[in-house]
Amino acid sequence: MDARRESEPNRQRTTVTRQSDRELVVTRTFNAPARLVFEAWSKPELFKRWWVPKSMGMTLHSCEMDVRTGGKYRLNFGDGMDFFGRYLEVTPHSRIVWTNEEGGENGSVTTVTLEEKGGKTLLVMSELYPSKEALDAAGTGAADATHETFAQLDELLVTLGAS
Amino acid sequence: MVQYTQTHFNASFAALSDVTRRGVLEQLARADASITDLADKFQMTLTGMKKHVGVLEQAGLVTTEKIGRVRTCRLGVCRLEEEAAWIERYRQLWDARFNELDNVLEELKRKEKADGRKKRK
Repeated sequence: MDARRESEPNRQRTTVTRQSDRELVVTRTFNAPARLVFEAWSKPELFKRWWVPKSMGMTLHSCEMDVRTGGKYRLNFGDGMDFFGRYLEVTPHSRIVWTNEEGGENGSVTTVTLEEKGGKTLLVMSELYPSKEALDAAGTGAADATHETFAQLDELLVTLGAS
Repeated sequence: MVQYTQTHFNASFAALSDVTRRGVLEQLARADASITDLADKFQMTLTGMKKHVGVLEQAGLVTTEKIGRVRTCRLGVCRLEEEAAWIERYRQLWDARFNELDNVLEELKRKEKADGRKKRK
């Protein structure tokens, strides 16, 4: 299933596809060469500036990353909220693979590939979960969405009842 | 995707356009009920109530489950809608990140250009 939307002009589109029961794939094109995209992804001081957009409502307290094969990373959002894992494979300017270990055995493995064409870079990010259940659970969501939808339905029923 | 949402939206509105069906939803918000219970409560035939529940079910507002000879109805949200909603939230997170990343990349490009000019001097 594709979830696409036109955003601001000049902005490229971010697409998300559920590739299989246990894999999500995100794609996006950047108007910059692959080495710069890789730099922004592998230098903590640059990474920090984009990984936590304001709309997330979170603050990144610390960010340690040793971006090379076998290296580790740890992002701390305060209050013991940590995201951490290992880099399984790092090939400069083209590929970064890492584990997401905060979720225990249900954690996903993320693979980012960069492909440069005519000065632009196509980024493909795959998030592979150990099982369909793990992906569904990560969708956090399901429960929240149900709750939210019911709240909206409640409101709608009140409106309809009043008319 | 857009097509699907539109169709689904219409189905929800069609389902809610009927006073009996709105009553059924309110009833189910209080407690699960069988089709027979609902037919009694709304003084309808079993067949008539089955049709109403069918419309609500198609719109994803109600789910039903048959246990033995009794079909129990409860409020429900269709799976596809849940999945579409969380995939969209996931997409929005990455879209926001990547828009910020665009800004960082623009800055790196400007810096590289300026450095290149300095080197040539």
